[in-house]
Amino acid sequence: MADGDTDIPKLSDPLEIPRLQCGAMEGLEPFIASEKHQEALGFPGELVPDWKEKALEKMAELAEKNRAFQVYLDMCVKCGACTDKCHYFLGTGDPKNMPVARQDLLRSVYRRYFTFAGKYFPWLVGARDLTEEVLHEWYSYYHQCSECRRCSVFCPYGIDTAEITMAARDILAHVGIGMKYSNEIIGKVHDIGNNLGLNPKALRATLEDLEEDLEDETGISVRLPLDEKGADILLITPSADFFAEPHIDGLLGYAKVFHQAGVSWTLSSYASEAANFGMFIGNYENMREISLRIRKAAEDLGVKRIIFGECGHAWRVAYSFLNTLAGPFDFLDQKYPIPQHILEFTWGEIQKGTLTFDKSKNDEFRMTYHDSCNVARASRMGDEPGGQFEIPRNVIKAVCNNYFDMPRDTIKESTLCCGGGGGLLTDDLMDLRVKGASPRMTALQQVTEEHGVTHMAAICAICKTQFSKIMPKYGYDMDSILSVHQLVSNAIILDGQETDDDDASAEEAQ
Amino acid sequence: MLGIIYALLFYVATLLLVSGLALKIRKYARTPAPLKIPTTPAPTTRWGVVLRMFREIVFFESLFKSNKWIWAFGWVFHMSMWLVLARHIRYFTYDVWWWVEFVQPFGTYAGFAMVAGLAGLWARRVLVERIRYISNPSDHLMLALIIAIGGSGLTMRFVAHTDIIAVKAYMLGLIRFQIGDLPGDPFLLTHLGLVAVLMIIFPISKLLHVPGVFFSPTRNQVDNPREVRHLAPWAAKLEK
Repeated sequence: MADGDTDIPKLSDPLEIPRLQCGAMEGLEPFIASEKHQEALGFPGELVPDWKEKALEKMAELAEKNRAFQVYLDMCVKCGACTDKCHYFLGTGDPKNMPVARQDLLRSVYRRYFTFAGKYFPWLVGARDLTEEVLHEWYSYYHQCSECRRCSVFCPYGIDTAEITMAARDILAHVGIGMKYSNEIIGKVHDIGNNLGLNPKALRATLEDLEEDLEDETGISVRLPLDEKGADILLITPSADFFAEPHIDGLLGYAKVFHQAGVSWTLSSYASEAANFGMFIGNYENMREISLRIRKAAEDLGVKRIIFGECGHAWRVAYSFLNTLAGPFDFLDQKYPIPQHILEFTWGEIQKGTLTFDKSKNDEFRMTYHDSCNVARASRMGDEPGGQFEIPRNVIKAVCNNYFDMPRDTIKESTLCCGGGGGLLTDDLMDLRVKGASPRMTALQQVTEEHGVTHMAAICAICKTQFSKIMPKYGYDMDSILSVHQLVSNAIILDGQETDDDDASAEEAQ
Repeated sequence: MLGIIYALLFYVATLLLVSGLALKIRKYARTPAPLKIPTTPAPTTRWGVVLRMFREIVFFESLFKSNKWIWAFGWVFHMSMWLVLARHIRYFTYDVWWWVEFVQPFGTYAGFAMVAGLAGLWARRVLVERIRYISNPSDHLMLALIIAIGGSGLTMRFVAHTDIIAVKAYMLGLIRFQIGDLPGDPFLLTHLGLVAVLMIIFPISKLLHVPGVFFSPTRNQVDNPREVRHLAPWAAKLEK
């Protein structure tokens, strides 16, 4: 769908519940993966002739291998608590975007073939046969879920629609209906090492250019090392950090922090990607294969620590899954968290007092912070539960004078997805992305009205890309979305750095 | 004759309830959770998880965050039901335990609260567009069933008394495999019949939320993936 076709939803409140609009998003399908992209990931190239048997087999297999899938299919009581919690429902009004209704698209089939009631009394429990139409309904609505887990916060049993979505996508890929955007990207990671398909030579050239920019800006040599054996820290960051705004400014921020902290670090051309779209398609094997690249890079380079850059779902995979998928990491220095988030590192340095800032450098911004869903609800930073909320805010407040939170029921564990997560950051889903962003944009508009907020910071490559595309539709400039380390980069004063403007302002800020 | 029919009904219902639940619980317990997926912020210790689960089960913490109406009706229904169930222990014990005696007056009136809570939930299921959309016939019938159990029970307690001494004698016999006579009171027969139906459908319906909640990985996992390596047996085989 072309960009211009989308009606921007007008909400008076970020969480305003729409009237049901049945069929509003029916038939919306992202492009289906080609044979090549399917087979590269070990999936059949096209819809297999015995798709029904294969799909049910896969469903049974997943129910045996994943407790969450089994238990969540069985125990929903249809209380309705989740019905108004999904940003895609709030933005589209399509009832099938209510979390429980989305689950029911698959649960109805599970009941038909795997439960007593569904086998003998399908009409009673809403069970239905698996048909090709149902497969396409799955393909459509399981690609209208960003796996953000907001529903799981509010479910009395913790039912997580993301688990059902991942399973559904895995089943679909196994019968030949994979998603082009995600599968093509995963293929590039397997082949080249990053989502962009940036080869080592191009990556090196990019980093050298950025080093020159840094020297021009600061007057001192700040390095962006690549493949340097014996470095202490391996930095794994989303490849968007090498390529797109505002991501690059975040990368420069990490480099300055490492420089000022006096640690040795390196990037890897073999594992030049933090993102792991294997999670999005719900496929353990692909997710594991991508994770193992990071382990291999760490072993080959002989590093002592692994630190991840700003990326939401990557941090989920890193924090929650990496030890499972690619551990144990007994060859790393056990004194440090394995892996560590760049914000944990930066906040640690701030607390140690190794970093000096001129906060006035960020005075042109009146900031708020968007909690990325995977960081907020599927991971942690620091030692205490909730550190994933406090540490990014602490760092922003350490480098900015003007910070304001959005309404409480739209941040932290209740944060609203940017609308582009979970493998939906593709132009063929632009209509959905614009609508799904409306609750977040409405919350932002509220702090703009109340506090004059001009900019929003995020620590997720997908959020950043999504917002830079979506914000203009809601009356903000595309560069109103910033990396947290971009703010750090603006404010940090490196030892020996020529301060171009007056030193007075720096002193005032102390 | 009635006594024999209901005795058979209850033996079968009990067998199905116990074996059905045992099989389901075994299945849930044996199915591995391949990844760490607690909904964060989550407790970082096992004891913390016990407290989180306790708050979920006793206070319905997540539901409270979600929707105050559903929480109020649901919580009142469930807590009243516990009181009502506790009160009913007196029909299966001789002598009646002291705490069952204590609960008796509360349990008696909790019956009304229980039916009121259920009625509230049903009203929402009918009146709220979103919840009407997600409801299947079974969801309505489940409410009807439990309301009918509550209603027939309250009728016997407050309107048309049944011969409760005879009922208790029958029940005490039943649990000792001695089948006696059951009064032919229609409210009693309805009440007991529907309870047996509830027991039978328990392991094959959404009532599985009772054992299920304890196995929900988003709620029962400890947030310590960096410290402790979590690995499912089938995933360990991939490493060979």
